[in-house]
Amino acid sequence: MIKNITIGQYFPGDTIIHKLDPRIKIMIIFLFIVSLFFINSFYPYIFVLLFVASSILLSKVPVKFIFKGLKPIMFIIIITFLINLFMTRGEILFELGPLDITKEGVFHATFMALRLVFLVMGTSLLTLTTSPIALTDGIERLLNPFRKIGVPAHELAMMMTIALRFIPTLLEETDKIMKAQMARGADFESGNVLNRAKSLVPLLVPLFVSAFRRADDLAMAMEARCYRGGENRTRMKQLKLTVRDFVSLSIMIVLMIGILLFRFW
Amino acid sequence: MKDIMIQLDNVTFEYKNYEDENIAALKDVTLSVRKGEFLAVLGHNGSGKSTLAKLINALLLPTKGKVLVKGMDTLDEDKIWDVRQAAGMVFQNPDNQLVATIVEEDVAFGPENQGINPSEIRKRVDNALETVGMLDYINHAPHLLSGGQKQRVAIAGVLAMMPDCIILDEPTAMLDPSGRKEVMSTITRLNKEENKTIILITHYMDEAVQADRIVVMSEGEVALEGEPREVFSRVEDIIGLGLDVPQVTELAYKLRKEGINVPSNILTVEELVMSL
Repeated sequence: MIKNITIGQYFPGDTIIHKLDPRIKIMIIFLFIVSLFFINSFYPYIFVLLFVASSILLSKVPVKFIFKGLKPIMFIIIITFLINLFMTRGEILFELGPLDITKEGVFHATFMALRLVFLVMGTSLLTLTTSPIALTDGIERLLNPFRKIGVPAHELAMMMTIALRFIPTLLEETDKIMKAQMARGADFESGNVLNRAKSLVPLLVPLFVSAFRRADDLAMAMEARCYRGGENRTRMKQLKLTVRDFVSLSIMIVLMIGILLFRFW
Repeated sequence: MKDIMIQLDNVTFEYKNYEDENIAALKDVTLSVRKGEFLAVLGHNGSGKSTLAKLINALLLPTKGKVLVKGMDTLDEDKIWDVRQAAGMVFQNPDNQLVATIVEEDVAFGPENQGINPSEIRKRVDNALETVGMLDYINHAPHLLSGGQKQRVAIAGVLAMMPDCIILDEPTAMLDPSGRKEVMSTITRLNKEENKTIILITHYMDEAVQADRIVVMSEGEVALEGEPREVFSRVEDIIGLGLDVPQVTELAYKLRKEGINVPSNILTVEELVMSL
């Protein structure tokens, strides 16, 4: 039952967007998010929409996958929208009992909602088109220059890799332990919240014990294979920047400059 | 001597238990392994056979005595990575020794740690996977493979480091019969075709039979040593050490006891049939 959970939401493909260098993709998303926060009028959103829509089309990821990513934060978007709608002061459009809806409120609320929607769309497009390994790799190499100031780039990436490697293994194990406990009469499904939480103890204790044993084994196996941290380590797969990487980064930079000019001019 | 791969000189290994007492896992063991030899180490739980493996890989250091791998002392800190490169190790649990989320990345892990250049790593990874017959699974996720396949990937991961010697610590203990067969045929092929020195720690007698030489450990000491035929002919000694002999050997032993004249050093069904 637990086995069905998929980790990450990678949608495999062979499009330009999939093939972009992960470093470039992360940089683009970073600039994209920063840009979103500088927008304070409607026109730039048209360009943002064009940018996002064409990226989605190029990536051939079904639109419904993108909207799926929006679902979990729909609640947050609605709350933000309502708070902004009712709490902003200004020229009153109409009144609902004690609450006023102002012209500024409508603007603010829409901006906020749009900003959140685009933010989530952009980031889910990143995770949908980049495999977790490529993403980890990208993060490691982007953080590498900051090692001098104490950013543990390699260690972070190694932790992410190991987590990704062991999530399916531990899920499988959880499933096994759950079944074993159920066979002995454990009940995970009935009772109130407190009882259900209590019934998880016989699941969590063996799971933790085994996770620690695994960690111990893995550390030993890594040492046996000459692992000694990130120093002097090479990588089999080298990342290479190509024309498409520079082109897509330039497009993002142009978009960002446009947005900044619109804001400050 | 030049053709000695691994040499243990009067090695003792002690550790402290929970009551702070010194427990000796290995007592004054002297053992040498020749280049290209296939050595099987037998022994029941707690006999010190895993400790022996970890000492050769420098994961543990001897309390007394010396462990030499290709003439390098494991106590020499400057040589520790060379020792680990020369004597690769495969562990029991196939799940807990694979690091990466993709087969080829995992095989590349060892050489990457050694700082080999990328194009050379690529070559080694492809070669290693081909040797263990896992080239078709190069882009698979390890958790979707069977136990035997995972263990072969682990062997490939060690092979990619170009070791002269491979130590396998009960590599088949957690596998089903077909997985065991896959792994055992890979191991014998590595020994015969790639000329790797193999130290196989196991508690399956039928696996030990395939080795050139068997060492039986008991209570941290070498109890018996010799060719499989020789060792298994001493049925009473082996049973006295809490171990089994191969089924056929046991049958032959019982037949002899009943007064039927069969040789005492029978290892295979064919041999027994022939002599009967």
